[in-house]
Amino acid sequence: MHKKVFSQLDEKIYIEKMSNGLQVCILPKKDFNKTFATFTTKYGSIDNQFIPLGEDDYIRVPDGVAHFLEHKMFEKEEGDVFQKFSMNGASANAFTSFTRTAYLFSSTSNFEKNLDVLIDFVQSPYFTEETVEKEKGIIGQEITMYDDNADWRLYFGAIENMFKNHPVKVDIAGTVESISSITKDHLYQCYQTFYHPSNMMLFIVGAVEPEGIMNFIRDNQLARDFDPEEKIERKFEEEPEHVNRTHHELHMDVQVAKCMMGIKSIEKGISGKELMKKELAVNTALDVLFGKTSSHYTSLYKDGLIDDHFSYDFTQENNFGFALIGSNSANPQKLSERIKEIILNEVKEPSITEQQLQSVKKKNIGGFLRSLNSPEFIANQFTRYAFNDMDLFEAVPVLETLTLEDVHEAFSSLVKEDRITSFYILPKENG
Amino acid sequence: MHLDEHKIQQSGLNIRIVKTKKFKTNQFVLKFKSKLSEENVTARALLPYVLQSSTAKWPTTAAFRSHLDDLYGASASVDVNKKGEYHILTFAVDIPNEKYLQDKTPLTEEALDVLNEMVFHPLIEHNAFSSTVVEAEKRTLKQKLKAVKDDKMRYASQRLVEEMCSDEAYSLHPNGIESELESITTEKLYEAYQKMVSEDEVDLYIVGDMEVEQMELLCENKFSLSERKPVQTDSHSVTVEKAKKVVEKQQIKQGKLNIGYRSNTVYGDQDYLSMAVMNGILGGFPHSKLFINVREKESLAYYAASRLESHKGLIVIMSGVDPAKIEKAESIIEQQLEAIRDGDISEQELSQTKAVMTNQMLETLDSPRGIVEVLYQGETAGIPVHINEWFDGIERVSKEDVIKAAHKLIKDTTYVLTATEVAESA
Repeated sequence: MHKKVFSQLDEKIYIEKMSNGLQVCILPKKDFNKTFATFTTKYGSIDNQFIPLGEDDYIRVPDGVAHFLEHKMFEKEEGDVFQKFSMNGASANAFTSFTRTAYLFSSTSNFEKNLDVLIDFVQSPYFTEETVEKEKGIIGQEITMYDDNADWRLYFGAIENMFKNHPVKVDIAGTVESISSITKDHLYQCYQTFYHPSNMMLFIVGAVEPEGIMNFIRDNQLARDFDPEEKIERKFEEEPEHVNRTHHELHMDVQVAKCMMGIKSIEKGISGKELMKKELAVNTALDVLFGKTSSHYTSLYKDGLIDDHFSYDFTQENNFGFALIGSNSANPQKLSERIKEIILNEVKEPSITEQQLQSVKKKNIGGFLRSLNSPEFIANQFTRYAFNDMDLFEAVPVLETLTLEDVHEAFSSLVKEDRITSFYILPKENG
Repeated sequence: MHLDEHKIQQSGLNIRIVKTKKFKTNQFVLKFKSKLSEENVTARALLPYVLQSSTAKWPTTAAFRSHLDDLYGASASVDVNKKGEYHILTFAVDIPNEKYLQDKTPLTEEALDVLNEMVFHPLIEHNAFSSTVVEAEKRTLKQKLKAVKDDKMRYASQRLVEEMCSDEAYSLHPNGIESELESITTEKLYEAYQKMVSEDEVDLYIVGDMEVEQMELLCENKFSLSERKPVQTDSHSVTVEKAKKVVEKQQIKQGKLNIGYRSNTVYGDQDYLSMAVMNGILGGFPHSKLFINVREKESLAYYAASRLESHKGLIVIMSGVDPAKIEKAESIIEQQLEAIRDGDISEQELSQTKAVMTNQMLETLDSPRGIVEVLYQGETAGIPVHINEWFDGIERVSKEDVIKAAHKLIKDTTYVLTATEVAESA
């Protein structure tokens, strides 16, 4: 176990890699009532082509398997795992993203018991044909619920516009058709490949004593048998640099139209500080251009093109990335034209000043500090960063060293005319 | 569990300071409380957004936000909601504690200045707010009111309350009435503002690492409010003559089935915690009867839960169901309440529910805003919250108390949002 101290922030983190490859991090929070734990595998909806553990050839699994597996992990021969958590007063949950599946709980008492339940249920798969069939009904309802959700459709509409082949374009839960072909064998195969401890991280933050918890985890893991660690082989199809389609729209039963612009990143294979710098630099540019202090925000708001749903964000992962800028809008077409003009102009004639950069840095340093009030933020973000070989606590130092050149470089390498797309949700015309 | 809480009474202002070293930021929350009423709900809903958009010192959003960025990303936010039949306007500022920054310039006083400026020093031209600002915010609010219909889960909840409480102020949406918006002039809005600052009950919450005496002095210097009468709504229990059912159709894939019950038990009543535990057993959690039976056993719904309206005396059940299976879901939902009434509650269900509720409360107290909301919950009802009494009270609730609470529920309204075309389903 080694310790990293962040004295300015008054935080410490304890880290140990178990002999089976599992990474464990503990960040004690004094005065907190609760402890929050996440057990995460680096396996998400995009990992649909891979070589199963112990085999030689690539296979392709149905869309939505990672999410389906997440649901099924909670059901065991002796019943529902939620029950065990709530008997100890804990609340448990899970989520699947493009690149991760996380199981989590928070509790204010019986922490070790709950931790034992968490590790045990994630490390003991139990799937039967019958329970897999039954789950299709529940997930089917979940999918139709999202189908009616205009914001979700907008988000995925923009992503589908950007990507032609990359599995990021497929809804994380899959479709009613794709999940119909999922079998218990798919679940075991994905489980064996991606839930190996060496592909996972256990993060604990809150009212804990690190030494004792680390010993507990070490003993727990030593008592379990795992195959030796193997490198996971994933495959992604070639993706063109330009967007799949420059525009698409969908009519729904909504009152207010919505607009989402997507900018496709062609960056691939980056990780660590390089990735962190890229992400922070593009987000800084977006903050200057579209933040509430910007002249663009002021004029878009004044012209009635955006409302307080206006948002922007840039995410870069190891093999895909994109920026999204969108809002509810009285005139989505005009909004998309204006945004496109703003971002293309910024590439042609950089406008960001040193003062704006400093101001955004200050804002984001304070924002980071505020995030540290939240155990959920710390655990989720630390894990996401770690899976990309980054350290969450490096974010402020990297941010502080960003220069105007870095920001311009990152922004102009992202924004190209043929990598921009727009997606609208429009109210249905009568009938 | 201990909250280091300090109460200070100043002219027209109740101040609560909770001292804690848990957080990296300090939180300041100012709450204005008035009766919810059709005449003023829309103007009041607009006010916080106009106030945060232009102050005398910072006349534009850009100027105001630049100032906040320079204060290391201090956040300023506003919120409009209802608690029972009270209309509550909230103004919050959260600012980093300079202890954790390299730059040690004190920020606490700055936060109070921001709050003071935002609420008490608006940009006023000729006894009215700026018309450009008001028009822009009217447009945004109009869009927001329209968009309620676009989130089907929220829309169904709102429609149920509208149908169920049609003769009560509670049926009003805290964000106001769309058709009233046009008639709100800048002068009328300014009148509503003056009424708000002179008549509303005002509470200030401060949570963080600071000195109480210093805060007291600062508040005295910054804020000058007139004395005012407490704001109170008339509590009344409602009888239900005949349960009603409302069915609405839209082009959607997933149906919504929401059922409203009268509990006639509100926060502070003797049986309030029994009702809260009853709600937990029925549908508050993933181990509750609704989740287990409607979702897990029958695979009928993706969500099925119940919620307690603590200051109004309602319990509302919400579910998202395949349109072809709404009737079946309805009967299974009702069976769950019947089961509780019949005493079909295991020792485990009772103890699990208490444990999870206790856990939830403790967790809420781990966030600055959570602390404020828990304390304000009691303040609104006129019954201060003593955290330890709450924990003891939950522990004392017996199975018999839960059964009794379940028998108090009277079904009032069922609201169904279903698809225009219902596909035959296997």
